[in-house]
Amino acid sequence: MSTRIFGSGIKRREDPRLITGEARYTDDIKLPGVLHMAVVRSPYAHANIVSIDSSAAEAMDGVVAVYTSEDIGDGLAGLPTAWLIPDSDLKTPEHPALAKGKARYVGDGVAIVLADDRYRAQDAADAVVVDYEELPAVIDPEEAAGEGAPLIHDDVEGNIAFRWVMGDREASDAVFDAADVVVSERILQQRLLPTAMETRAAMAQYNPATQELTLWCTSQNPHIHRFIISAVTGLNENKVRVIAPEVGGGFGSKIPCYPDEALVSWASMKLGVPVKWTETRSENYLITIHGRDHVQHVEMAAANDGTLLGVRATVYAGMGGYLSTAAPGIPTILHGLLYVGPYTMDSVFCESIGVMTNGTPTDAYRGAGRPEATFLLERMVDNVAREIGMDPVEVRRKNLIPAFEDGYEVATTLIYDSGDYPAAFEKALDMAGYGDFRAQQNSAAAEGRYLGIGVTTYTEMCGLGPSQVAGAVGFQGGLWESATVRVTPTGKVQALIGASPHGQGSETTLAQIISEELGFPVDDIEVIHGDTTETPMGWGTYGSRTTPVTGAALAQASRKLKEKARVLAGHLMEANVDDIEYADGSFSVKGSPDQAQSIQDVALMAHLAWNMPEGMDPGFEESQFYDPPNFVYPFGTHIAVVEVDAETGEIELQRYIAVDDCGPQINPEIVAGQIHGGVVQGVAQALCEGAIYSDDGQLLTGSMMDYCMPKADMFPNFELGETVTPSPHHPVGVKGVGETGTIASTPTVYNAVLDALAPLGVKQIDMPLTAAKVWSAIQDANGQEKPKRLGDLLNE
Amino acid sequence: MWPNKFDYLRAGSVDEALASISDDGKFLAGGHSLLPVMKLRLDAPEQLVDIGGIDSLSGISANGDLSIGATTTHAEIAASADVQTMCAGLASACGQVGDQAVRNFGTIGGNIAHADPASDPPTVLVACGATINIQGADGSRSVGAEDFFVDLFETALDDGELITSVSLPNCSDCRCAYVKFPHPASRYAIVGVAVCLKMDDGTCAQADVAVGGATVKAVKCAGAEAALAGTTVDDAAVNAAAEAVKSDIADWLAGDIAYPESYRQQMAGVFLKRAIAAAQS
Repeated sequence: MSTRIFGSGIKRREDPRLITGEARYTDDIKLPGVLHMAVVRSPYAHANIVSIDSSAAEAMDGVVAVYTSEDIGDGLAGLPTAWLIPDSDLKTPEHPALAKGKARYVGDGVAIVLADDRYRAQDAADAVVVDYEELPAVIDPEEAAGEGAPLIHDDVEGNIAFRWVMGDREASDAVFDAADVVVSERILQQRLLPTAMETRAAMAQYNPATQELTLWCTSQNPHIHRFIISAVTGLNENKVRVIAPEVGGGFGSKIPCYPDEALVSWASMKLGVPVKWTETRSENYLITIHGRDHVQHVEMAAANDGTLLGVRATVYAGMGGYLSTAAPGIPTILHGLLYVGPYTMDSVFCESIGVMTNGTPTDAYRGAGRPEATFLLERMVDNVAREIGMDPVEVRRKNLIPAFEDGYEVATTLIYDSGDYPAAFEKALDMAGYGDFRAQQNSAAAEGRYLGIGVTTYTEMCGLGPSQVAGAVGFQGGLWESATVRVTPTGKVQALIGASPHGQGSETTLAQIISEELGFPVDDIEVIHGDTTETPMGWGTYGSRTTPVTGAALAQASRKLKEKARVLAGHLMEANVDDIEYADGSFSVKGSPDQAQSIQDVALMAHLAWNMPEGMDPGFEESQFYDPPNFVYPFGTHIAVVEVDAETGEIELQRYIAVDDCGPQINPEIVAGQIHGGVVQGVAQALCEGAIYSDDGQLLTGSMMDYCMPKADMFPNFELGETVTPSPHHPVGVKGVGETGTIASTPTVYNAVLDALAPLGVKQIDMPLTAAKVWSAIQDANGQEKPKRLGDLLNE
Repeated sequence: MWPNKFDYLRAGSVDEALASISDDGKFLAGGHSLLPVMKLRLDAPEQLVDIGGIDSLSGISANGDLSIGATTTHAEIAASADVQTMCAGLASACGQVGDQAVRNFGTIGGNIAHADPASDPPTVLVACGATINIQGADGSRSVGAEDFFVDLFETALDDGELITSVSLPNCSDCRCAYVKFPHPASRYAIVGVAVCLKMDDGTCAQADVAVGGATVKAVKCAGAEAALAGTTVDDAAVNAAAEAVKSDIADWLAGDIAYPESYRQQMAGVFLKRAIAAAQS
């Protein structure tokens, strides 16, 4: 009896090449005769471009050409926005690859320089003289939507790109008017810088003879990049090959198609030689999309007994200077639809206003809309608890949706697939020793120490998603995946997938799925991805969808192969197919276990085709398109314990407990890794990360000297637990787990800190909770009415 | 990430380095302050004279006073038993610079020549009365640390001059500590406080205090020192010093968007208390 490979925490096969630096990224690929592109970028957030003088730059050694938007003319179409939210009065202002007449954020491209050397290209870019007429700039989305704000696009009146409404306003008002308790808060979801370890890069090679363009780039979705590059260059899609070699993290920031990718393509087509561009980290912070950027006005209605009645919010979502590829979908579909969370709350209302600003364009960043929803929900649940004098854990317990196995429809119209929220909740509380904590908190308080605890219960929507839903919500693509399982004559497997993993460990987990289904040793299975010519079509890796969607396609393709193998094995053993049994990669005849054909034997015979059953085609390969019937909905409970140093405002995260349910775990080590990384990113939003702009739109946190990336010594060892609730609609029952940590951890830690600060009278602090802000809040609250300490409430 | 063009010369001796440096040239030691600035094109020297290979500039000697060669790395200083004995605060400060890779390359001479206000070693050098030994084409001179640090990224070094070494009085009979509140992004000091206490039969005979990070340069804090000297360093004295230090640095405050001046000023008091406690432990 072999040990099951499904569920085994085998080591990630990706790691040796990544850890030893042997992996080949876009920038590692060298082509003879390549020209290097440097981009002249606007130093102003909002400015008319009066004139551009490139004569000095053009005269410099090694410089081949300098181009502006005028030179490009109609050679490149504007970059499309690919999520067109219906019924939202959406405006999609033109997004030219190089600014036309006006720059709309610091870093907006104004000209490109092509030179034989990267240094010379940069020297020449510095020598391009641009005369700007600076205009007033606006960064805050609520301010940008207000009276008198500078107009950023002439065709986007009031800077309002869309206005999306979810729910019935009057019905919501009625619930709030009748409620015992209404709590409210203005929540800032600060801008975050995704900071993938590998900055973006793009290299294009156009072959004038065949009119074929190959684009190597840092993409989470090369097939979407092919689609868009074909559209903006005018090349037929079958003449465009996009290759995402090794990609060093994305977190959403490598979903969009950026100007730089279009520009290297155009320049290579123009000059007939390869053109390469690699982003510096400084550029990465200025021009690669940012995440979040919401100003939210949130209210929650509740009954005095703690029953949650409804939530409503007005959200001003900053879009930046242009609408990035998927940007409109993030603060709408991926946000509002999560307003019920794991609760039996049946009134939801959201008005989400997408606002053009002079910031860097925003788009999907790990969690993408769902962290912003979970945060406001969990923040308001704690506020309700405090307002009515009830333990926030009791409020959650009272309102959790009871366990369900196959479908639960909520007020946002989503049908959650499966869940047992109370089980994960109680398990996490047990692990944390919640019952004892309040006593510890009280005794610490007696010593002048401020301990706090935060508890988040969440569910989220991932594994994006049914294509029919994608169409209905305006996503300009499908959301299915396809995969081919190809077995060589010697019994080795190539699994070709359309998705494009970039650090998640999918090469390992997907191989485990195939191994489980077909019995090939996992080390005999290669997972191949990231090249539109080599791999079948797929919509990409984001939204925690690769394991749920691609994994399902692979499981089903494997099952087709297995059925073929069973029939062929029966034929070869001259037995009735119905008598063929399968176990551990071997087919045998019922009742005569000595007679057996291994899967490798069968694969060889299928390739040789010397003795095939009537009507069976030769070869051993199957493909599957898989369109999920529903999203998957992982869930869980996270708990944080913090101590605040009231003298300095410093926060120590002392414990972090995460109980997540992503269905059956294919590889528990990789699941744990995803949760660790997600938690770190989410905690960092609560405690230290945040892009800050000056009033005139300069990014002040333009490097890691000022933008606080989380560091290992900020974190305790995480205490992980799990429950296992399979998805009823998925072939192997799995749900996504790439974003749960980020979604759950920000409110968990935030609420823990505010719990610790309650006896000091602090009720709200904008994220990130830096020591300086916490200390100032303590000073400001000094002498104000003190909210009740929860530990005391429990003792009353 | 793409510095401007520059010439590079590796000098074999101090004399060669001084003879070679051009008007737009800079000396390069560990490169951990200068190269990042050049990569961002915030500075563009036309020539780098690398002094990293000059043996006479490196090493620690402890004959009476402590003498540390300019190209001695932070890691070497932090690990030196002589420094730990004769100026424990400097060993501690050098052990808190950057990360291990930075400490293995970065040098004390390069560090103080760069004069980042939030760097750690200058604060201890000012507190402990270090002397900066300088050589130029016209000869050598010595400047007290307090005078050496003039302002933000500004020192008493003249063009073409080179730091050769740093000397410190033997402070092995002091209780000396450097305590730092690191910026969570950069790990530079939001505030760093160096304290050296000479205790005589339970009474503080001499107190030396300096603050960095919160200030445009490392600042010697006479008010705090006066509040401690002559006392038993009891709670009252410590609290008085913590108040006084805020006035001592009031004219020199620095801050950033996340940690403003006012906050750093208050934290100087908190971290002075912690530094005194660390010095006495």
